[in-house]
Amino acid sequence: MAGLTHASPSVETALAPASKKRRFSPGRDAIRRFLRHRLAAVSIVVLALLALAIVVGPWIWRVPINEIDFTARLAAPSWDHPFGTDDLGQDLLARMIYGGRISLAVGFAAMAVGLFVGVVIGAIAGNSKGPVDAALMWLTDLFLSLPQLPLLLLVIYLFRDLLKGLVGPEGGTFVLIVLVIGGFRWMPVARLVRAQFLSLREKEFVEAARALGASNFRLVARHILPNALGPVIVAGTIDVAAAIIAESTLSFLGLGFPPDIPTWGRLLFDAKDYLDIAPHWALFAGGAIFLTVIAINFIGDGLRDALDPRKVM
Amino acid sequence: MDARVAPLLEIKGLKTYFNTDEGQVQAVDGVDISIGSGETLCVVGESGSGKTVTAMSVLKLIAMPPGRIAGGQILWRGRDLVPLGSSEMNKIRASEIAIVFQEPMTSLNPVYTVGDQIAEVIRLHQGLSKKAAMDRAAEMLALVQIPNPKARVNDYPHHFSGGMRQRVMIAMALSCNPKLLIADEPTTALDVTIQAQILDLLLDMKERLGMSIMLITHAMGVVAEVAQRVVVMYAGRVAEEAPVDRLFANPRHPYTQGLIRSIPRIDLAAVKKSRLESIPGSVPKLVNPPEGCRFASRCRFAIPDCRIAQPPLREIEPGHKVACIRAEETLL
Repeated sequence: MAGLTHASPSVETALAPASKKRRFSPGRDAIRRFLRHRLAAVSIVVLALLALAIVVGPWIWRVPINEIDFTARLAAPSWDHPFGTDDLGQDLLARMIYGGRISLAVGFAAMAVGLFVGVVIGAIAGNSKGPVDAALMWLTDLFLSLPQLPLLLLVIYLFRDLLKGLVGPEGGTFVLIVLVIGGFRWMPVARLVRAQFLSLREKEFVEAARALGASNFRLVARHILPNALGPVIVAGTIDVAAAIIAESTLSFLGLGFPPDIPTWGRLLFDAKDYLDIAPHWALFAGGAIFLTVIAINFIGDGLRDALDPRKVM
Repeated sequence: MDARVAPLLEIKGLKTYFNTDEGQVQAVDGVDISIGSGETLCVVGESGSGKTVTAMSVLKLIAMPPGRIAGGQILWRGRDLVPLGSSEMNKIRASEIAIVFQEPMTSLNPVYTVGDQIAEVIRLHQGLSKKAAMDRAAEMLALVQIPNPKARVNDYPHHFSGGMRQRVMIAMALSCNPKLLIADEPTTALDVTIQAQILDLLLDMKERLGMSIMLITHAMGVVAEVAQRVVVMYAGRVAEEAPVDRLFANPRHPYTQGLIRSIPRIDLAAVKKSRLESIPGSVPKLVNPPEGCRFASRCRFAIPDCRIAQPPLREIEPGHKVACIRAEETLL
């Protein structure tokens, strides 16, 4: 048959001259596009190094976080204390490593909570018409219009002791902070997912799948949701950064973790009184937050480019 | 109709209405269509004549609301589909009645390989293992004449051209051996040489799999090429129904005559330099359709009687039905 040539033969011969098996999936295309974004590629290395340092740090730098040494109060960085010490002579490198674990864990966990709630609410709203959709969007608007910081403070004030009793001081605060930050960050995701659903459910491939006997649940789970995830992943990365900032804010205001547990925000809060005599204390904590957040934002930027199928590079 | 053989699909007095802000749109208003086993039926008519809505009603793919099936029966092998729930319809879809749409470029999900998508349909209806379903998907691709099917199952939709994608859609629709394939303008979005290939493929599949085809189109050329019997629809009603050779030789409804006259004829155009004829006016709004014959405002044979009552679909010769009160006087 003369007309039955391979579709787009030029592309395939150009990309896969020798090997027959090298076919480009959307996933691999996306990775290629992501790596073209220089800052994003650098950022992912930076974030990976930060994460690595935080995870394996305690095994290499074996100084305890709460070893008080009054002979070395507010010491500048030295070989004994690479990041210097705080007002109690505690080693800042150890505290930074420990605090980074909490800050990053809070960031990712809060992002997961926010994404989960947002995707569920957005999907239900986008998939149902009429009153359900209207009520859920009304709820979303309500949450968006709440003054968040005072409310965060109130919720934490009210529930901190309850959760501390249930899962211990550190775990309790962690759960509470994650839930509270995530619980106030799902609204943009919900709107995004709803908008995606509204446009995707009218697409022909959804209609075609329905015509071939797919149930409503299958349509949503297999055909609509995977197509809606690109923008959600991008929003999720930005949410990690925002959650880290929010946790730092709460800690800075003294409402995060207990004072003896270092987080990056807490370190910054404690350092503020000694800015003139021991600036290194604030600089390292602030620098770590800055570096993490800006890296995550660049990664989000790169992902947006990578996951936008209209972008051909 | 033919009383000896029970038809595969029999649509009786189907009414599909849509509620809009302007009022109720009577998109399909009392349509009777039947398709026998192994038959190729073409449904023709211009845009807005209710062809697609009829097809979507058969598979109950009409969005409800705003749409609803307001009356009539859809008898599939004697069983009425209208009251069935969605889970029962899902069993019939693809495994008994399958549909291919107009837009091959967007009818495949961009995030899965074509093999995955065909296999999904097969597994859904036949419960095969993943491996067996993928093998079957490759067989289906081979059946619709896609070269190198074993490798192509792992390709994504964007690796295929429009005509190839329509082949994939057909493979998907036929993967569970349906008894009836509804093809809703399957070639409209393709260029002419590919159109012919797809039509050939459809007819070939029909022969091999022993199914019936309901082909919806607005191209009279396609009708002449593939149909056995033709139903002409106008403004949500059947205007004329006849075997294909009779319809082209002796069209009796003024609308059918207009459609046939408006086929571009390259041979005549070169000789006579005549202008292409068109039917003046457009399909009436179906919110408050005119009383009587809906074609009356565009019809050159219209008389006052035409605007009083809806003309019944009457059989003027065996197998040839016309909904026109002046059918005997409309000879060309």
